[in-house]
Amino acid sequence: MTTHPEKLVRITGAGQSEVGRPSKRSALALTTDACAAAIASAGLTPADIDGLVTYPGLIANGDGMSPVGSTEAMLALGLQPTWVASSTEGHAHMGAIIQAISAIASGLCRHVLVFRTVAQASARAEVSHAGIIGGGRTVAPRTWGGMSWLVPYNALSAATLYGLYGNAYFRKYGARSEQLGAIAVNSRAMAALNPNAIYRKPITIDDYLASRLISDPLRLYDCDTHIDGSTALVLSHRDAVREGPNVPIRIEAMGMGISGFGVGLHTGDFTEMPARRAGDMLWSRTDLTPKDLDFAQIYDGFSILTLMWLEALSICGPGEAAAFVEGGSRIGLTGELPLNTSGGQLSAGRFHGYGHTYEACLQLWNKGGARQVQGARTGVVSNGGFGYGCLLLTTD
Amino acid sequence: MRNWIDEPDAPARILPGLDDINRPYWTGGADGKLLIARCASCGTYQHPPFSRCASCGGADVVPTPVSGRGRIKSFTVNRQQWMPDLPVPFVFAAVELDEQVGLYVLANVVGCPVEAVDFDMPVEVCFLQQEDVFLPMFTPVSGSDA
Repeated sequence: MTTHPEKLVRITGAGQSEVGRPSKRSALALTTDACAAAIASAGLTPADIDGLVTYPGLIANGDGMSPVGSTEAMLALGLQPTWVASSTEGHAHMGAIIQAISAIASGLCRHVLVFRTVAQASARAEVSHAGIIGGGRTVAPRTWGGMSWLVPYNALSAATLYGLYGNAYFRKYGARSEQLGAIAVNSRAMAALNPNAIYRKPITIDDYLASRLISDPLRLYDCDTHIDGSTALVLSHRDAVREGPNVPIRIEAMGMGISGFGVGLHTGDFTEMPARRAGDMLWSRTDLTPKDLDFAQIYDGFSILTLMWLEALSICGPGEAAAFVEGGSRIGLTGELPLNTSGGQLSAGRFHGYGHTYEACLQLWNKGGARQVQGARTGVVSNGGFGYGCLLLTTD
Repeated sequence: MRNWIDEPDAPARILPGLDDINRPYWTGGADGKLLIARCASCGTYQHPPFSRCASCGGADVVPTPVSGRGRIKSFTVNRQQWMPDLPVPFVFAAVELDEQVGLYVLANVVGCPVEAVDFDMPVEVCFLQQEDVFLPMFTPVSGSDA
């Protein structure tokens, strides 16, 4: 029988820096804060770390998207890893975790530190347009690669592209703003219980409906918020797990999907993402089913992505996610599937995929504080809006 | 046909860098033509263009004039001003070209109020020149009731 590589790997540590908008701490200090916390929570020391990976790797243009790469983190933490990697390509946020799983399962290393640092709030405090696609401190006169199919049309934010997807979804399935808005309202309710969330004041569905349109049908509260912050995880081979403060988390299954989105190639009718492939792969590698989930941490760079991911993960049927989240009772803390219990990227801040995995660890370690899902033992994490990855995590 | 449009008061757009593969798409408008990559072997159009046909692997991919007509598959009205002086609102749409199911071009729809744009609306290409680039854009088909 084939042994899936993820089944050889445990998540043994997790750490997160303070969140700031902007933070007074440097991007590198935020990184080392998160990494040191993650290593300690795994019961390890920096000398134990023999693998290091980040997503997407250093982007040295001042836009804060990825101001710290593997090499700088390695030096700052005094690590001497055998295996080091990063990639802007592949399965986006989850790509670095999938790479770590592969490296551990192949025997290249035993304890991999995975981190993701953003300093977009600092960058935008200095240059307001640093957040646009292809931004940086100065706007390049020409755009290249996948973004060159969007940027000349003033689609300078992913919000514009995902607005187009949102409208198609609304049109095909009759979804309404009152339904989509339930995701943003739920995120604020969760963030109110998370001391490290950036927006903690609850909003109502009426607040949502009164918020300004960014790119139809997406409103202000449908868009995540740029922050400064860093998240780190430690993944370990199951045979190398040390006695630490936390129960090792099993990676029961993983899923991966990618298509031409990132190079400007669109397929289908704009109502679903290639995330479907990731969801199908995940459930094909386990005997568990969506009914076994105690919570879901689902990518919410834009709320419409969460709706489409709920369907890609077969938690809802096609076109059914809007009705599933409507009113918020099913996705609340005591609902049938608590969703984005940290507040997600909409309200806790754009830790860019890593906040979701971090929160899943906290829940499985019963460290969710006021937002703890009682009895949480199995949850799903999914990340991505142009490359897609998901993990099924459990302590059972 | 020289269906060019103008944006006299708008700031310069961030233009695509040109290379041998994308140049036909971005500069065909100089001759009033929308050029879409088409496989000489199997006839499949693909956009964006690549060096080989993704359908059959054919290496002979030819920039081919198309009708420039299509229908709006989806769209959004962008209202956020991402850059100073960016004119808003504007429409960003996926146009399915008449030549092939699923042959999408993403572009702005201009020449009508943003409120007039709708799903399945027939549109035709026009071009906005900035420097050496002729951005394909779309307007409602003349005489359509949209």
